[in-house]
Order: sequence, then C-alpha cells, then structure tokens
Amino acid sequence: MERKQVQSQQSSSAEQEVAQVEIQHQAREVNQAQVAETDDLLAEIDGLLEENAEEFVKGFVQKGGQ
Amino acid sequence: MERRIFGIETEYGISYVPDQLGPLGPEEAARILFKPVVESWRSTNVFLPNGSRLYLDVGSHPEYATAESANLRDLIAQDKAGEMLFADLLNQAQDTLEELGQQGRMYLFKNNVDSAGNSFGSHENFMIERKVEFAKLVRSLIPFLITRQIMVGAGKTHPTGPEQWGSTPVGVAGEPSFSFSQRADYIWEGASTATTRSRPLINTRDEPHADAQLYRRMHVINGDSNMSQTTTLLKIGATDIVLRMLEDHFPLANFEVKDTATALRVVSHDLTGTARFELADGSFKSALEMQRHYLSSAHKYIEQHGTHREDVPYILDLWKRALQAVETGDYSAIDTEIDWAIKKKLLDAYIARGASGYDDPRIQQLDLSYHDIDPDRGVFNVLAKAGRARSVVSAEAIEQATMVPPNTRAKIRGRFIAAARAAGEQFTVDWVHLRLNNKPQFNLQCKDPFESHSDEVQMLLNAMRQTTAEPWSPPFI
Repeated sequence: MERKQVQSQQSSSAEQEVAQVEIQHQAREVNQAQVAETDDLLAEIDGLLEENAEEFVKGFVQKGGQ
Repeated sequence: MERRIFGIETEYGISYVPDQLGPLGPEEAARILFKPVVESWRSTNVFLPNGSRLYLDVGSHPEYATAESANLRDLIAQDKAGEMLFADLLNQAQDTLEELGQQGRMYLFKNNVDSAGNSFGSHENFMIERKVEFAKLVRSLIPFLITRQIMVGAGKTHPTGPEQWGSTPVGVAGEPSFSFSQRADYIWEGASTATTRSRPLINTRDEPHADAQLYRRMHVINGDSNMSQTTTLLKIGATDIVLRMLEDHFPLANFEVKDTATALRVVSHDLTGTARFELADGSFKSALEMQRHYLSSAHKYIEQHGTHREDVPYILDLWKRALQAVETGDYSAIDTEIDWAIKKKLLDAYIARGASGYDDPRIQQLDLSYHDIDPDRGVFNVLAKAGRARSVVSAEAIEQATMVPPNTRAKIRGRFIAAARAAGEQFTVDWVHLRLNNKPQFNLQCKDPFESHSDEVQMLLNAMRQTTAEPWSPPFI
C-alpha cells in the first residue's frame, strides 16, 4: 500500500512537472507574442514622432497658465 | 452630498513645429487655432450648444470647461469631447497654415508643464452644500489631495532628477527619474484665492455659479490633466467619496500636513509610496499609509451608506489595485488604467530596447507626445487603439457629447444657445445667466445646476422657434 502511494505520488509529481514545463512553454510563447506585438506598436509610434526629439521638446515653451 | 455637480477645466499647451525656418509663437498659433471660433462666434470665449465653455485663457492656453455633469460618465464624455473639439480645430488650423504656405505641424498637449517649467492646470469642481463648514472641509481634504497623486498622477520624466526643495530630500538628486505627478512640483500651499502667483491645492474664491445660499464650489487646482478615462474616473470618483465622508462627519484620521509643498514633492518623486513627511502633530506618515486609511474608511462608509453611483465598486477596486501596485512595484494590474503606469510601461519598453534612460531625448519626446490630443498621432491615443488603455465611455458617446449637453442646467443653456443662434438673435450667456441682447425682458437666471428644464426658457424657445426657418445644426465651430 505504502509503496503504491509513493509511486502514485511520484507519477503525479512527474505529471505535474510535465504540466509545468508545458505551462512555461505556453507562457514563453505568449511572452514572445507580446514582445512582438510591443515591437510592432513601438515601431508604429516611432513612425509618428517628430524626427528631432530634442527640438520637439525644447520647442514647446509657453507662458504659465493657472 | 449624495448628488453632486462635477466639472473639469483643462488648459492645453500649444506648440508649432515648422519644417524649415519660421517658428510660430504660442500667441500666433493660438490665434490661428481660434480663427474658426472667432468667425463663427465673433469671440474667443464661447459657450457651446453642448453646454461647455471653450476659450483662450491667460498665456495663450486654449481652455475647455466641461458642462455641469451630475454623473461621472457624463463628465468623462464631456472632458473627452473637449479633446475632440480641439482636435477638430487643430485640423482646421493645419489647413489654414498650409494655405498660408507654412509647412509644419501644430500640437495641442493635455499636460501640465512645458519644457521651461511653466505650469498650467486642470481644475476640478465639486459642488458642496453651503451649510457645510468650508474651512474645516478644506483642511480635511488637503491631505487626501496631497497623496492621491500616487493613484491618479499623469507621470513625468525628469532628465536631471527631481528639483530639490527646502531641506527635506526629494527623490535622488541629480539622477534621471520618473515621478507620479506633472503638477506636484508647481504647487506651493494648501488653500488660498491665488491661481498663478502662488498656486494652492484648493482655490477658495467663493464663486458658486449657483444659488449662493444653498451651494458652494470646491475648486481643486492641483490635479494632473489625465488622458486615461479610468484615471479621471478614479480621480473624481475617489475625491467625491472622501468629500461625502467629510460632509457626513464620518470618522477619519487627522492627517494635517506640516508643509504642503514639501509633502507634495516628496510623494511625487518616491515611486515606492513609502517616503515619509511630517504632519502638523510632529509625527511622520507616507502616502501609502494615508491612502490605505482613506480606502479602508471608504469601504466602511460605502458598506454603511450604500453605493451612491454606478461606478463606485470599480472606483474602490481600482483604488485598491493602484495602492497594491505602488506597494509591490508590480504595475501589471493597473498599466492599462492609470496614466502614470501606462506611460511608464511604454517608456520602460523603449529603455529595454536601447533608450539610455529617462534623460534620453526620445524618452522626453514620448513623455510629451503621450499628451498630444491628435487622435491618430498622439501616443496615448495610439496606445488606446492598440488596447493598451482601457475606456469606459465609447467613441460614439464622446462624439455625441460634443453636441449634446448632459442632463443638468447645461441642457437649458445648450438649447437656449442653439435656439438663439438659429433665430439669429444676439445673446449673452454664462454659467447662470441667459440673455437675449435685443430683448431685455428675457434675462433669465438658472441658479439650480441640477435643473434641466425651465418653463420660462421653454416659452422663450417656443417663441424663437416660430421665427426660425431652419434649426441650427453642427458643426458649431
């Protein structure tokens, strides 16, 4: 009885390991997809920004309001 | 006060980027921006049929004041309608400039500071009852206003680190940094009647724009201009709940702060939320400790008194998640709902891909472009379209709000303006008064901002309608 239990525990922990590896793998795929999506988004934003970043920022000077 | 009137006034920054020589100063740019307003209304200070006020303010800042709103969704739709109206004016200005042979691009920023450290505001209005002891309410609200920036700030980079203030260290001097708030560095005191010489958290001028015997206006001027709808919802919603607790004398700890200006800066430049500052009683507290107290009190209060607005459960939940995020440094639960976290996520993604840090010119540019109101070019708007910023009000509702007033006194005003315009009558309006210039017998006052119908105005509208060939229709500018 005891041995069986140990065995089944072992096999279940092995299953868990497999499951965990799968989850990690899936997570990595999701992460990679997210990174690629972010890369695309940042590229889109880059295309919309003024070329001269410094002049764009420094050029915005206006008297204070309230 | 369970029902309340809300309003937000936003000053925008204006800038023109020329392709070649020939920059356009803010005065000239604003003049071109307002050209269609002047052509249509013969003034740079107008009330529109949606009940709002659109005008050119001190320092050539285009400004939009939402119509009186009695619920938070209307307020957000109205606030966003202001961006939409100005984006339309921006398009028209671009055409005018091209006709004049000027090559370049005009920008309007919904932020609070320019590159030289000049600040402009976002003012919030909360109606309160006259019978409430005003000075005490102001005193009790100030500690909440000092510390709420850790939830609702719009975020700001500091290429040379935080500017030091007095003897208490503010952040890490000299190191490029990111702060919660745009506005915190420009506020000097708790409450006064000033707005530009010395900026307080609360402006105490007594202008109720309503029956002065019944109502008063709490005019909060230290908040950041928010791009995110959900951040605006939390900013106004949480402040409304705290006001309710104070009005009802719900027991809250006394956090009276010793030095408002120092506390504001310490809180803004400490992303951990744990930096302590001195209270009037000599003890020390952090923004997180104080906000945790306000939030747990708000939960108890709402349990006892009930949810008075549809968004209260969401407001309390976002409030909790924002404090958790600051406490743990894990912003993933708020990085589509809170402006500073949305912005920081974007900047950090650029830094992870090679930008040198918060002092990188590209990062500075993104920080500013986040607030560009152009729907296709502005960085916040691009993020929102990509699903990186949550909204609570639809694009259709915002478009509708550029034309249709909320169901308050604004409705009376909006209908009056539309009818008078259609009848070709000269008129004068402000928040309270409606006048036909050539018919002095029609000089009406609406002192109850909750009232959306007036028999007198209805009779006037009927009379004017008989002389009208066609109803006046949008575009109104």
